[in-house]
Amino acid sequence: MTTATATAVVTTQVYRVYIKATPQAIWDAITTPDWAEKYGYASRVEYDLRPGGAYRGFANDAMRAHGAPDVIIVGEVLESDPPRKLVQTWHPMFDPSTAAEPATKLTWDLVPQQGGVTMLTVTHDVTGAPALARIVSGQDPNAGGGWSFVLSDLKTLLETGKAFAG
Amino acid sequence: MVTYYRLVFDDDRVFKALADSTRRHLLDRLFARDGRTLTELESGLEMTRFGVMKHLRLLEEAGLVVTRRSGREKLHFLNPVPIRLIHDRWIDKYRERRVSALASLKHELEKAK
Repeated sequence: MTTATATAVVTTQVYRVYIKATPQAIWDAITTPDWAEKYGYASRVEYDLRPGGAYRGFANDAMRAHGAPDVIIVGEVLESDPPRKLVQTWHPMFDPSTAAEPATKLTWDLVPQQGGVTMLTVTHDVTGAPALARIVSGQDPNAGGGWSFVLSDLKTLLETGKAFAG
Repeated sequence: MVTYYRLVFDDDRVFKALADSTRRHLLDRLFARDGRTLTELESGLEMTRFGVMKHLRLLEEAGLVVTRRSGREKLHFLNPVPIRLIHDRWIDKYRERRVSALASLKHELEKAK
């Protein structure tokens, strides 16, 4: 089949949301510890925003109560261009199946639009990580809504000042 | 060029894009396997290439499909976020109300016994 090589290798997921907020406000919500606790899976993050810098995502209290390790996601910053572009590796340790898979690559693109709106695109290269691909796409009923849930919640938080859980 | 700012709070576009069986079929195919070319997407559809392009453009304008270049190919990706936003805004709310309506119905019926 001639198309097999062109299609079989595509293991990228793309998520896009338009948020009425500045790129800087969205950048802060993604990269600063206090903001990241307020939406999505309420997981605190730490970023050393320079190439080679460390990224860590921490378990919240509920996750720890379920036996999650303190650090649930590890990664490395590959490219940081505030507040426009962030490229990082992303390797979740929250499940043995995802820990056993290779690290994935996450790209955050923020592009200002007219009317004080920013287009946020999250591109997740999940090559070689089928278990994680199921989780982040929201197909695992026990793992929450994945990126759609996180970005929808981020939009709600930035536009209304309140997240779903808040 | 799509005028992005018009999309932002425009649920109408998402509902309109979803109100067509061909477009829902295209989304289902992308859900099954993401990152497809136009040629792949038009196979098996009783429609001209131009017709499929038109449907894909409407899906893209609604934000449900995002395209990316990969070498010489243009790949189509399903973007589920607008559906999630519709779900949060229009479905969850009413589902909760229905649940509480059923709960109070049960309460009333049991009280009447």
